[in-house]
Amino acid sequence: MAQLVKDFLNGLWKENPTFRAVIGICSALAVTTAGQNGIAMGLALTFVLTCSSILVSLLRNIIPSKVRIPCYIIVIATFTTIVDLFMKAYFPPLYQVLGIFIPLIVVNCIVLWRAEGFASKASLPRAIADALGMGLGYTWAITLISLVREVLGSGTLFGINVMGGATHWVIMMLPPGAFLVMGILVGIMNMISRKPVKKTHCH
Amino acid sequence: MLKDLFFIIVSTVLVNNFVFSRFLGHCPFLGVSNKTETAVGMGMATTFVLTMTAVAAYFIQSFILEPFGLTPFLQIVSFILVIASLVQLVEMAVLKISPALYNAFGIYLPLITTNCIVMGVALLIPQKGYNLIESTIFGLGAGLGFTLALVLMSGIREELEFSDVPEALKGPAIVFITAGLLAMIFLGFTGLAPL
Repeated sequence: MAQLVKDFLNGLWKENPTFRAVIGICSALAVTTAGQNGIAMGLALTFVLTCSSILVSLLRNIIPSKVRIPCYIIVIATFTTIVDLFMKAYFPPLYQVLGIFIPLIVVNCIVLWRAEGFASKASLPRAIADALGMGLGYTWAITLISLVREVLGSGTLFGINVMGGATHWVIMMLPPGAFLVMGILVGIMNMISRKPVKKTHCH
Repeated sequence: MLKDLFFIIVSTVLVNNFVFSRFLGHCPFLGVSNKTETAVGMGMATTFVLTMTAVAAYFIQSFILEPFGLTPFLQIVSFILVIASLVQLVEMAVLKISPALYNAFGIYLPLITTNCIVMGVALLIPQKGYNLIESTIFGLGAGLGFTLALVLMSGIREELEFSDVPEALKGPAIVFITAGLLAMIFLGFTGLAPL
């Protein structure tokens, strides 16, 4: 049980995919213009990550190691399609905003990283704990980026006016703002944890 | 016709640069932009695969997915499979035809499968409704834009090695901030192409 809690917390802070491992950055920068986008994108990724980790963990003794990567990709693509169709059907406005970044979950490094690096070697409960931790770690990270950009860019918090029109820095809504906020937040996380990230986990 | 193709190139390389404005392909952008030499190799390999993918995506979309009404539920699976096997094929072909070329960028090829710029181009082509030639040019332009971003960044990063960066910002953080400044420069191209 203690091991499960540890696996879960690992993704939330110690190996946080966005701020500590600096992986799966494309969607974290692209969709984060408003708070609800961050939450929606995070939950979509958490779903795909958890479901594919469950399947990869269950199938870990059946899949031959030579063809494991294509197998994982098919599993991930299946769940991505489910999320894609679900969001298209029930949340059309959100689907419009998130655009191609929902189908692009299939090539999000976080999912393959956890499938290959954790779920393929761990028992089912541990794989679930790890996937949930990673997914929620990603969710809080990109929600934080979204909120900073939303407050500075349009002066609102989840659509509610909080700054009284004091901040309307258009640059925060444009691509450069995403890079700047991301850089500064990674720097702040480095200061808090006192263990700077030296390199990213992806290629 | 030729004018449209020119606009597609300008749009994908400068105005809507895939790295700085569409946010695609950041993993290699952060990972292999340490040295200009590797950046050029990675850029060339990606451009090659992107052009091939664009052609393949066009054919699959208009001759298989569209006529049989499979787009909504098989698009993602079929595109990712085609990209993965295409990369594998390119790797084998390059190794056979030109070992020198393989030594130049062969090691980057396996990494390209999970590069979201490739999947992004495949998904954007049906959305934009491009024909075969336009799709090819779109893929080529995406690759050139990616190469430009990677080479620019690697040049700056080689200089950053010797500069005095605050302790907390060392590593990816300063790369993001530099990329933000570069993205601001690329905003200057807005309006250059009417697309």
